[in-house]
Amino acid sequence: MQKVGIVEVAMTPGTESSLSLMEFTYKPVKEVLDKAGLRRDQVGTYVLASTDIMHSGMSCANAFDWDAAGAFMKPASREEGDGITAFIYGCMRIMSGRHDTALVVGLIKGSENAENDTITSCFADPFYSRPLGIQETTAAAMQMRLYLERYGITEEQCAKVVVKNLGNALFNPYAHIKKRVSVEDVLKSERICDPLKAMECAPKSDGVCAMLLASEEKARKLTNNPVWLKGWGSSMDTFYLGDRDLLDTQLKTAAVGAYKMAGISDPRKEIDVAEICEPYAFQELLWCEELGFCAQGQGGKLIDSGVTQIAGDLPVNPSGGVLATNPYVSRGLYRVAEAALQIRGEAGQHQLDKKVNTALACAGYGFAGQWHGVAILGN
Amino acid sequence: MAEKNEKPRTIHTVLRVPFEMALGPTWTRFFEGLREKKILGTKCKECGRILVPARPFCPRCFEPMEEWVEVAQEGTIITWSYVNYTYFGVTADMIPIVPTRIKLDGVDGGWGGRIGGFDIKDFDLVNKKVKVGARVKAVWSGERHGHLRDIEYWEIIE
Repeated sequence: MQKVGIVEVAMTPGTESSLSLMEFTYKPVKEVLDKAGLRRDQVGTYVLASTDIMHSGMSCANAFDWDAAGAFMKPASREEGDGITAFIYGCMRIMSGRHDTALVVGLIKGSENAENDTITSCFADPFYSRPLGIQETTAAAMQMRLYLERYGITEEQCAKVVVKNLGNALFNPYAHIKKRVSVEDVLKSERICDPLKAMECAPKSDGVCAMLLASEEKARKLTNNPVWLKGWGSSMDTFYLGDRDLLDTQLKTAAVGAYKMAGISDPRKEIDVAEICEPYAFQELLWCEELGFCAQGQGGKLIDSGVTQIAGDLPVNPSGGVLATNPYVSRGLYRVAEAALQIRGEAGQHQLDKKVNTALACAGYGFAGQWHGVAILGN
Repeated sequence: MAEKNEKPRTIHTVLRVPFEMALGPTWTRFFEGLREKKILGTKCKECGRILVPARPFCPRCFEPMEEWVEVAQEGTIITWSYVNYTYFGVTADMIPIVPTRIKLDGVDGGWGGRIGGFDIKDFDLVNKKVKVGARVKAVWSGERHGHLRDIEYWEIIE
């Protein structure tokens, strides 16, 4: 397999920007090109991730932002889903041998969109889900109930994820919500969708992430510090919640695929850091189980042990994760960018105090995590 | 799963999703220009093109476009159509409409507007007056709100 390297990344902060979506997109794309010393027409191909329904009301995510991403008059296409998929499509175009560079851009201005629940209620089918008021939060609440009941996970253990991630975000210049909070603060926040509390749900953030990828030969010319793609896996479950065990998601399948490709047999030992997608606090614990960081049902004990803290053996979401910054469509690309920065030792104030050789980035979306994608990166 | 030749039973759904878009500094200045009866463009320092509406950057050269220019309010019709049916957002009282693309003098690229200033309900008259290559000028609305429709219509001249 041809190696693909991450050459440069740039991100915007998650806070509300007064720029237009076009101006907001242009800035990090220009930053990445300038850092790599390339003109936009020298990039082989472009892959964008954006979603019509979360595109500030234009409902055509190929609008002005196509120019802003530099993709204008280039071989390019757009992925209507999570940015991590745009990342893997960019990698595949390089692996095909057709292009030696690819620019991947995930873009959204959450501040201009309707509430997450309004938008995800549009994801519900009008036959069996929407008449019941199902959207991502209500689906997650039912998943959480089952998680607490089946494995005896406590609400305190779930709240600890919020404390950890918002605390980590204090050191991330790109984070949206930065707060020193206590387990009690989380438990006392409004029970919006029992057992989910308001503070356990991700915000809606602005966020453009631009990432330049290159073939091995080209990457070594463009940077002294490339980060390599080592493995990838993804899988999507059936849409209908009634046909699924909500605590047995396709993240397992995605992870198995990624580990196999990367030659990882013991993820808990071999992975140095994980950036994962936890729009609801308890999901970080459940996803850690499914990623094989602990045994099934042991997610609560995992956070109690401190292993996933920023100074722990296997830090999870040192950036603050999605609970701190949730640019819905680009959040998966943010995970990859954060993982890459940790490997390069360029994460700044939230850089881990250890050598990072192997990092995991994963993303997911849909009711109770219908879809998952897992990427393994290495130095 | 035999398909019968009959009208299916359906579930009627309507999605209403609110959005709030930031214009950003470049387009805010452009729309403020309209309020003052000015059409503003930006000039690229690399390729020298002047684009309207004003852009934050040149889509081709990918450099910031920081030089502002007030452009001509006269130009030439590139193409046009005659809208004589109703659709979402366009009701019977709004038609006919004569949409046009105009090459403003000195500007690279086409500007969108509507032809007016005479009885456009008379299609034969429209067909006689509105030609590709015909000269037009902007006619401003008496009350302007910093909105695209501050230019009420484009009038055929000469």
